[in-house]
Amino acid sequence: MDATMINPFITATKNVLETMAFISCKPGKPFVKKEDIARGDVTGVIGITGAANGTIAITFEEACILQIVSNMFGEKMTKIDHEVADAVGELTNMISGQARKELEALGKLFDAAIPSVVSGKGHTITHYTDGPKIAIPFKTEDGGFLIEVCLEKTVD
Amino acid sequence: MDTSIKVLVVDDFATMRRILKNILKQLGFTNITEADDGTSAFEELKKNNFDLIISDWNMPKMTGLELLKRVRSDDALKEIPFLMVTAEAQKQNVIEAVQAGVSNYVVKPFTAEAISEKLQKILG
Repeated sequence: MDATMINPFITATKNVLETMAFISCKPGKPFVKKEDIARGDVTGVIGITGAANGTIAITFEEACILQIVSNMFGEKMTKIDHEVADAVGELTNMISGQARKELEALGKLFDAAIPSVVSGKGHTITHYTDGPKIAIPFKTEDGGFLIEVCLEKTVD
Repeated sequence: MDTSIKVLVVDDFATMRRILKNILKQLGFTNITEADDGTSAFEELKKNNFDLIISDWNMPKMTGLELLKRVRSDDALKEIPFLMVTAEAQKQNVIEAVQAGVSNYVVKPFTAEAISEKLQKILG
C-alpha cells in the first residue's frame, strides 16, 4: 500500500478531531503491525468495500479518548462507558467518510458499513481480510491513538 | 429563523444526536425529538407534526436516503424541510440526495456555524 492510500486517513483524522473536538494531533511514522492485540483501550472498526475490500480500525488510549469525547460533548467524561464507545463509533464513521471522499478524488471509490466498537484492556482487533495491517500512530496532548488500515490487496 | 418549530433529529449514534441537539439548543430550538433510524423516524413523522427533519444517511433498517424518499412521496409529509447531515461525502451521494429532494446537505465533521448557516438557508 503506497503513501497515496495512507495520506487521506491522516488528513481525515486531523480534520475530524480538530473540527468536532478542537484537538490537534500529530501523526507518526506508519508501520506494518503484526499482532492482533489492540494498543489502545477502545477501538472502532469499520468495513469498507469497493476499489479494495478491508477494514479500518481506530484504537484510542483511555486518557486520549476521554479528552476527545469531553470536548465533543462539552462535558467531562471520566470512564469508557457506552456513551464514549458510541462516540468512538461515530468518530470512526466520520474519519472513514472523510478519507473515502479524498480517495474518490484519486479515482478510488469505496463504500462503508456501519462501525462496531470493542473496548477493554488488551482486546484484539479482527480485520476481515488477511492483507498487511498498516498502522499510523498519532499523538495528542492527552495520549495517543492508532489507525490500522487493512486491505485485501494493493490498490492500483 | 423561527426556533419554536418542532425538529426531528435522526441518527443511529446517540453521540451525533447529542451534538446536534446541543447545537440546536444553542441556536434557541427547544422542541426537539430524536429517532435512531429511518423506520422509527417515519413512525414519529406519522404520529406527530414536524417542521424540520435533520437526518443521518448511513443507518440500519432504513437509511436517511430511503427516509427522504418516503417523506417526499407522502402527501402529508412531502413539504417538510429535510437537512441531511452525513459522513457520506462522495459526489454520487450528494447527487442522489439532491435528486431525492433534500433541502440541504452537511458533511460530517461540521462546525456549529455550518449547521446554523444551513438552517438559515432552509428556514430563512
